[in-house]
Amino acid sequence: MLAALTLLLLCQLAGEILVQLLALPVPGPVLGLVLLFAGLAARGRIDAPLRDTANTLLQHLSLLFVPAGAGVMIHAARVADEWLPLTLALLGSTLLSMAVTALCLKFLLRRRNAGSPRP
Amino acid sequence: MNLAPRLGEIWVYLSATPLLGLTLTLLAYQFAFWCYRRSGGSPLANPVAIAVAIVVALLSLTGTPYATYFEGAQFVHFLLGPATVALAVPLYTQLPRLRRMAMPLLVALLAGSLTAAASAVAIGWALGASPESIRSLAPKSVTTPIAMGIAEKIGGLPSLTAVLVVTTGIVGAVAARLLLNALRIDDHAVRGFAVGTAAHGIGTARAFQVSEEAGAFSALAMCLNGVATALLLPLLFRALGP
Repeated sequence: MLAALTLLLLCQLAGEILVQLLALPVPGPVLGLVLLFAGLAARGRIDAPLRDTANTLLQHLSLLFVPAGAGVMIHAARVADEWLPLTLALLGSTLLSMAVTALCLKFLLRRRNAGSPRP
Repeated sequence: MNLAPRLGEIWVYLSATPLLGLTLTLLAYQFAFWCYRRSGGSPLANPVAIAVAIVVALLSLTGTPYATYFEGAQFVHFLLGPATVALAVPLYTQLPRLRRMAMPLLVALLAGSLTAAASAVAIGWALGASPESIRSLAPKSVTTPIAMGIAEKIGGLPSLTAVLVVTTGIVGAVAARLLLNALRIDDHAVRGFAVGTAAHGIGTARAFQVSEEAGAFSALAMCLNGVATALLLPLLFRALGP
């Protein structure tokens, strides 16, 4: 557990350092994710402690968004002024992008499966 | 013995430490999660929405500034970084399936990613949102740490983006079942991928509670969308104008 947590932090740290050094446009944790993924793929297997630690963190992923969400307090005035465009933009774009992604993927998978019959 | 002044002193002492903000976050979330369980896992009882409402209500009632609360809550907020890295694990577990579906996944992701940013900006602009709000809206379908970084790069307000990201996630997690059922999407891989593209980590948390498969594809979509949006959005904003 402790070693796995350290590994996650090390990947994040390496990601942050590389982003700063190479002036990359992606945030550090994303590069950290890529580094860990590359490491796992190169090694070809995953240890149980790392899998358990990652699953524990991801199981409570929602919790991690609470502090940022409460930040709505400091933007109360702006949100009150612009509630209509903000609400409709969030609602519209979220539903639209979910529908576009789902339909697009369904169509592409079906077309591919039609081309090559299942074994 | 007079207790009231003592309690006042204790409150003053405690509000200067991170303990209260941290404990409040965990308590509010666990209560919210209990409500979510009690509702039978209904998407309407979104744990993030309930927890945020409790925290905001208590801070407003006690007159505590957000900055004071965040001194404690930052320890939870910080874990978003390692949690983002941890997404490599479910991705790696699904690697064989992902490889077989790589091309369709990438095309669907780009379509969804561009739709999310473009439609948010277009609707906000058409309805007269301010320029900073529009720039803060653009990365709202991407998970918080990534979205805040993008907002900073394209001239939005990172803390406003964080709020818009969380709201987007709640909207996506609440609406996913209804919308995807209406569109007759049965495949859990497709459902998860669409939820992760549109509603990042909060959608992914919801997807993991529905099925492991939906969760893994949602996590994949969330990562890919994070990377794609982080690469594309700053370039688009630079190309499109000041």
